[in-house]
Order: sequence, then structure tokens, then C-alpha cells
Amino acid sequence: MIRLFANANYDFIKWRRWAYGLTAAIIIPGFALFLVRGLNYSIEFTGGTLIQVQTAEPVGPERIRGALDAAGIRDAEIQQFGAVNEYVIRARLGRADAAVEGSTETTAAAVDSALARSLGPAPEHYKILRTEAVGPKVGRELQGKAFLAILFSFIVTLVYLAVRFEWRFGLAAVLATFHDILTTIAFIRYLDLEVSLVVVGAVLTMVGYSLNDTIIIFDRVRENLRKFRRQNLYEILNLSINETLPRSVLTHGTTMATTIALVLLAGEVLRPFALVMTFAIFTGTFSSIYIAAPLLMYIEKRWPGEDARGARALRPAGSVPLTPPPSPGGGGGSEVRSKAAV
Amino acid sequence: MRTIRSRLLAIGAMLALAVWQLIPTNVTQRVRDATTGRMKDTTIRRVPINLGLDLQGGIHLALEVDPSKGPVPDCADAIQRAEKVVRTRIDEFGTSEPVVQIQGRCRLIVELAGEKDPARAKSIIQRTAFLEFRITDMKNLFRDALPGIDKALERAGVRASGQGAPAASVTQLFGTDTGKAKGKAPKTPKGKAAAKDTTDLNAPGPLSSLLFQGQVPGEYLVPEEQVPVAESLLARPDVQRLMPRGIALEWGTEVLSRAGRSYRTLYAVEDKPIITGEYLQDAKATREQLTNQSVVNFWLSRRGGRIFERETGRHVSDYMAIILDGRVQGQPPIIKSQIGQRGLIELGAKPLQDAQDLALVLKAGALPAPLTIIEERTIGPSLGQDSIRDGIRAGIVGVALVVLIMVTYYRLSGVLSVAALALYVVFTLAGLAGFGFTLTLPGLAGLVLSVGIAVDANVLIFERIREELQHGKLVRTAVDEGFLHAMSAIVDSNVSTALTAFILYLVGTGPVQGFAITLIIGIAASMITAIFVVRTFYMIWLDRRPDMATLSV
Repeated sequence: MIRLFANANYDFIKWRRWAYGLTAAIIIPGFALFLVRGLNYSIEFTGGTLIQVQTAEPVGPERIRGALDAAGIRDAEIQQFGAVNEYVIRARLGRADAAVEGSTETTAAAVDSALARSLGPAPEHYKILRTEAVGPKVGRELQGKAFLAILFSFIVTLVYLAVRFEWRFGLAAVLATFHDILTTIAFIRYLDLEVSLVVVGAVLTMVGYSLNDTIIIFDRVRENLRKFRRQNLYEILNLSINETLPRSVLTHGTTMATTIALVLLAGEVLRPFALVMTFAIFTGTFSSIYIAAPLLMYIEKRWPGEDARGARALRPAGSVPLTPPPSPGGGGGSEVRSKAAV
Repeated sequence: MRTIRSRLLAIGAMLALAVWQLIPTNVTQRVRDATTGRMKDTTIRRVPINLGLDLQGGIHLALEVDPSKGPVPDCADAIQRAEKVVRTRIDEFGTSEPVVQIQGRCRLIVELAGEKDPARAKSIIQRTAFLEFRITDMKNLFRDALPGIDKALERAGVRASGQGAPAASVTQLFGTDTGKAKGKAPKTPKGKAAAKDTTDLNAPGPLSSLLFQGQVPGEYLVPEEQVPVAESLLARPDVQRLMPRGIALEWGTEVLSRAGRSYRTLYAVEDKPIITGEYLQDAKATREQLTNQSVVNFWLSRRGGRIFERETGRHVSDYMAIILDGRVQGQPPIIKSQIGQRGLIELGAKPLQDAQDLALVLKAGALPAPLTIIEERTIGPSLGQDSIRDGIRAGIVGVALVVLIMVTYYRLSGVLSVAALALYVVFTLAGLAGFGFTLTLPGLAGLVLSVGIAVDANVLIFERIREELQHGKLVRTAVDEGFLHAMSAIVDSNVSTALTAFILYLVGTGPVQGFAITLIIGIAASMITAIFVVRTFYMIWLDRRPDMATLSV
């Protein structure tokens, strides 16, 4: 039988300051870059035109640039996309044309005729695989929607956590998830990934996944708090993380296997989504262990719960005085779980 | 034992239901005939999962009323008219199931799967609506011309056999008439003798056999399945030549149901309108309180009123077809008396909805709403196929890795979870098919991803069982406890993922909604398989080996 990290007894919480340093090292430069350069939003958000072409021969982006320049289409971005003979041409809407609905559509037609002039007539010399033309109004609406989606998902998960756990647990979980969003934004910025609605979808899925991960550890913390009355929170957190470690590694492994398969094989369109998802699983697992758990400890210390075990959390385990038997209710987080039949 | 049996029954029932949802069915698709360029029905067999435009290729358009062509006082009203207009043109699109729907208040979404020519599709949608009133064929000129048309067709039908769709349809019709002709037609493609044979048959003619007289003069009913045949016959130049002077044929929008069969209406109408939509000013549907009848009031311009007065005066007791973009709308009403600037169409006991529809048609002709395209996505069919291929390849590799991890780590228990995983995939696909959701490219990614997440429930359970075993519990107790203790974590985590997916569904558009839906269905299916199905497998296993001392987990 293969057992990974069975009976592990690592002192995770001890390493929390290193973890903070590591994540700060990811987030701060990423955010500095984000503030300076912003994110690379897809035309869904900015409005504009995207055209994916496949040429008969790999002509190179310069040739396409030349074709567009000759037709007077200046500020288009050209990018090789997947195969050597496939290119994506993006023309985002500037401020000037943002007022004109319908201008995106004419751009698509202009690009088509420019390519026909330079490369030769359509199906033999080049093929337009995909066109997206998004007017400024739709783009603005989508920005609002994406913002709302992230906001709502926070509110809803907060309410859910409030119902299922005591508020201290909920706050720690939400802060850890917020941390994940920050690291993911930094990651998107580092790789300069295009932020499309699907990538926002990946971020939201990450919110669910990371919360899920934190909940599983907290669920164990809640259980252990009831089981071991004498240990302080520091020990219980470590114990719970260690106990759930095999699960974290396994689930991390299976989910990661699918996202890496998506990164490598699912094609260019899905790649940003798959990359963000892969990173999200990593950061979600990391934050559940190194961010959520220590945060819970600090929160308990600052606003102690009923049996105030968090207050003693930072003291070395050996010096803990014997505690009187706690009240039957225990901490707020230790309500009786329903023993639903399986 | 009894619980095992009822559990197996439940699993069997779920599986049967799922497989039943996924059985390939015959789907009728309207496709463009490559040689004639007309639309025709074909039946294909496929698994009934809707593919999004990003997977099958096609055009997605979002339209709004163009404010640059004059002020838009009420965009919701204008977009309703536009929707009506686009719907009447639906047959012109080269696609099987076009989606035309109003999104929000003032936006029209048109989705044309498989359409390859965006320029043509856009021109069909943006063309200005054309409304006209025409008098139906009161003298039955078309009916009188039918025998002549039939004769010509019979002569031509045999001569042209083996020359593409129209001729083949004629042969087929002969086939239904007599066994003799059925045997002969294919054998003698060019034989003059065969032509004589068929003329001598004296059976109902190729065209007239398709037409049934309607209630109104000039109205004919064509069985729905024969519509493409009739269309191709009527389009033939020799038939066109024999059409009576001053009479044109126009299809109706209505599908009538008589004795279990559905019929489309075909109208013989005068080829010149008595008045066109440009003279119309407004229309309104109401329900008369006294008589409890649905009526449509319409108003004409001053000049239109004069023309209409003159024309209706000449045509009292005639029937007047209301034609929008070449489609007769509803049943032509009778002209009871001379009408001036203000007219009234009585729909009798028909529901108010019908009157509102008709008012919308009249207004569509009166106040054309120029549409502007605010969003356009065109995906070539080859790109869609590539996406499907890549997605499936990534899915197979990803799932294979998950299977490998589970089986090497949890051994026999891992095998159980993999068996449950197979059920999970079937359930998820059946969920998509059964509820009629659309599988998109991000949805495909969601499906692959959810396989990785789906085993999490099993991992939680297995780890718990291992812990319980380690604490020296008996196998049976350890399994029971493992499932019991893992429960709250599984429920919590799945609910939180489902909640975020649901929000994504609410705010997302097409492809992203597809992702959210797949994720939600995947979560539901994984809960069922990981908890219920794997538990049942364990029960059977423990039932077979009650004295089992160690568990392969």
C-alpha cells in the first residue's frame, strides 16, 4: 500500500512567516506591474475586433503586419496562435472610436480585404477561422458583469460560511481566498495572459476550489477542537493539516493532472483558462495551509472564542497549563454535525 | 441484502435513464442543398447533446435598434418588431435550428449554427421589413391551371429523372401512386415509353396531389413533410411559365394541425399589392369587451387612406392576405366594406396573443427598425472540430492520469472509484442532454476539470477509512465511519463550488454559461457516484467477504 505523508507531523504553522514572505514576494511585484501596465483584457471587455486566420504557408506576422499597414489598419496587434501558420489579429477600440457602434464590424471586413490583397484570394491562400467583433457597449456591460460576479461570489460564499461555521473560521477562509485572487492576478500579470470572460470564470472556479480546500481543513479543525480538549489551537491546526495532508496531496494531484492535460493538449483558445486553473489549484492548496490556518489563529487570539484556546495558541505547547474541563457547548464552531446516513 | 438490492436497482434505473438520454436519435435538420441552393430537410442520427457555436461553428449576433438612423422612442417595442421580422425570414438562413431571442429589454440575439456566410446572414437580418396587402386568388385561377401544370410535370418528371433532387421527388411520388410506375421509373431514366405510361395513369398529378383546398379562396394546405418537394416543384421554370397571369404563390407562416398531421399553408394571391407598409402608421391589438373578440386596429396615412379606400371599395367580399417579407401572416381576413384611413381586423374568438402578433407584423411594416450589430462572433466549422478533437484528447489524457493515480494509490478501492467515475461521466453527459443544455468549449474544459474534482469526494472517504483502520477499527466499522465522517466535508466543499458556478451562470454569456452548467451538473453527478455508488460497491464487497480482515484501500 502506498501511503504519502501518512502520520505526518510537520510543524506547518511554524513556517507561516516564510509563507507570508513568499506570497508577498509574488503579490507585491505582480501588483506593481499591474498598477503600471494594467491587465491584458480580451476584446470582450475592451470592445474591438479579433480575427483568427490560417494561411496556406507560414508567412510570419511581419507579412500580415505589412498587409494591414498597406490598408491603413495601424494599431492592430498580431500574434502567432498555436500552429505556425495561424495568427490572431486584434484591434482594440481606442477612445476615439468608442462612441461609434458598429465600427468593429467594418474593421473585420477591412482586415479581410487587406489580407486578400496581400496574400491572394480567400480559401486557397488564407482562411478566416474565427471573427469576433464586440461593440464598446457590450464590452462595458461585460466589465460590469465580471465585477458583479466576483463580488456576488464573495457575498454568497461568506453567507454560506457564516451558516456552516463560526464567523472566525469564515473570516479566515474568506481572507485566504482573497489572497488567492491576489496571487492569481499577479500570476496573470506575470505571464501576460489575456483576461477573457473564461479566465474570469477560472478565477471564480478557483474561489470555489480554494474555499473547498480551506473548508476541509477547517472541518477537521472543528472536529479536533471537540476531540482534544487539552491541546491549544496551534497544535490542533498543525494536527488537522497533517491529518488532511494525504487528501490535499491526492486531490491536488488528480485535479492538477486534468488541468495540465488541458494546458498541454486542449488547444490555444483554452490555454489561458487552463494555466490560470493550474496555478489556482496550487495557490488554493497553499493558502489553505499557510494562510487560512495561521489567520484563524490570529483571529482567535484577537477575538477569543468561548474557551479561549486561541489566546494561548502562540505559547509553546509544553507550557500550557492544564485547563479545566470546557463547557459542554465548546467553541462556537463545534456544533453537532448531522449524522446523515450515507 | 435488501438494501443492496434496492441500491443496485436505483443505480440501474439511473444508468438506464442516463443511457436513454444519450441514445442517438433521428434529428431533422434543414440544410441547404448544394446543387439547387434551396433549403431541404434531411434526417441525421446523432447523440442528442447540443453543441455550442464554438464547437460546431456558426454565427452569433447581438443586435440593437440603430439610434443613428433616427430617434428610438421605445426600444423594447422596436426590438419586438425586429424579432418578428427576423423570425419570418428564418427559413432563409442556411442552418438547422436558428436561435432568435430577445435578451434583456432591447437586444436581439441571433445564433446560426453551421452558417458559413456571415455577410449573407447579416444582410438577411438587417434587410428592411416589407409589408403588403394583397387580394387572394378569388377566381381560382391557380386551381384551374393545376391540371396543366401536373401534365407538364409528368412529362418533364420522367424525362428529368436521375437529374438531382426535384426529379427524384417526382419519381418518388409516382412510386406512392402505383407499383407499376415505381418499378419502371428508375429502370428507364430517359425512355419515352415510360413518359407515356405515366401520363396514361390518370392518377392525381405530381403537384395537385400535394395540395389540399383550404377554407379561404386561394388557400391551400401542404403536408409539412411534403413542403420541400412542393417548393422544389414550384421553383421549376416550366411550372413558373404555366402560372396564371397576375397570380403569385406565397407560403404562409402558420402550421395547421388537422387529424394528427401538420400542414403548411400556401396562398395563391394577386402579384400586385393593394397597399404597402409605407402607408401604414400604427396598429394596436385589443379585446372588445362587449363581444369578447380579439381585434387589431390599424391606421393609415392620409394618402394611404385614399388609396386603401379606392382599393377596398373594389374588393368588398374579397380576402386580403397580409404579407410580411413574402410570408402570409395568419389567415387572410375578408374585406367587409370599404375601408378608409382607419381599419379593423377581427380575429373572432382567437386569443389576444394572436392579435398582438398581427399588430406587431403591421407595425413592423409601418415602422421599420434598423438594426445595428453590436457583437458578432463567427467560428469556422474547422476550428470547432479542432476544438472538439483537442478537448477530447485532453480529456482522455487527464482522465487516464486520474485513473492511474487512483488505482495505484488506493488499489481495489481505487478501482471502485474509477468504476464510479465512468458512471459519473455518463450521468454528466446525460444531464446535459436531458435538460437540453449546450456543451461549449469551456464546458468541455469544465467537464475535464470536474473529473479531477469529482474524485475528491472519494479521496476524502478513502483517507477517512484508512485513518479509521489505523485506529484499529474493524473493516466494516471503518468503512461506515469513513463515509459518515467524510460527509460534512464533502457536502460543504461541493456546495461552495456549486454556488460560485451558479453565480457564473447568472452573469456569464453563452460559452461561460456552458462551463458553469457543466460544472454544476458535474458536481451533482459526482456527489451521487462518489457517495452512493461507491458505498454500494463497498456493501457488495463486504457482503461477499464478511470476514475480511484487511481492506484494499
